[in-house]
Amino acid sequence: MTQPQFVTEYRSSVLPRFDVGDRVKVRAAAPLGHIRTPFYIRGHTGTIERLCGSFPNPEELAQMRDGLPAQPLYRVRFRQKDVWPDYRGSEADLLEIEIFQHWLEKA
Amino acid sequence: MIERGHHDMGGLPAGRVERTEHDYAQWERRVDAMAVLLGSEKILTVDERRKNIEALPPGDYDAMSYYERWVIALGQALIQRGIITTDELGRKMEELERRREP
Repeated sequence: MTQPQFVTEYRSSVLPRFDVGDRVKVRAAAPLGHIRTPFYIRGHTGTIERLCGSFPNPEELAQMRDGLPAQPLYRVRFRQKDVWPDYRGSEADLLEIEIFQHWLEKA
Repeated sequence: MIERGHHDMGGLPAGRVERTEHDYAQWERRVDAMAVLLGSEKILTVDERRKNIEALPPGDYDAMSYYERWVIALGQALIQRGIITTDELGRKMEELERRREP
């Protein structure tokens, strides 16, 4: 398993399921409540760039609960032209978003 | 099903981005300070504030400025946490309104 780039104070019973370089698909879910995964990226496939650490789940924090156990958070890299059908920039342009593990599945 | 929240507008046409800096009004600085303090004192989380901003009716969301959204969201969160009551807030707002009248 790849080491996080920085250590967080949150130790978690939830283990990271993805490695750097893994292809992942963002779940195309539309639940209620406070959602950190932007609409435009749901259903898209990208690559794990790094594990950022584990953090209390903002979906739970928003509802005044503690958000524990902390959830692994990844920086996921997408190709701009994969995300935007009318993208006119370079083929090499990338988009990086930080997404919690429970929003990702193996592509 | 709510597929996309009104606030979740990434990728939608939005016109030009205003890049110039502007000065903040005193009340905006106070709202910012209050938000920072409520966070550092572990009374509210930024996620609660976000939830309440996202709950604004779309028309109000669009019509409000950045800190107007913040102050509404902080007020809602303080009520939800039981720090203030709806009645206290209502009466205080009436009192301030009266003070402003000539």
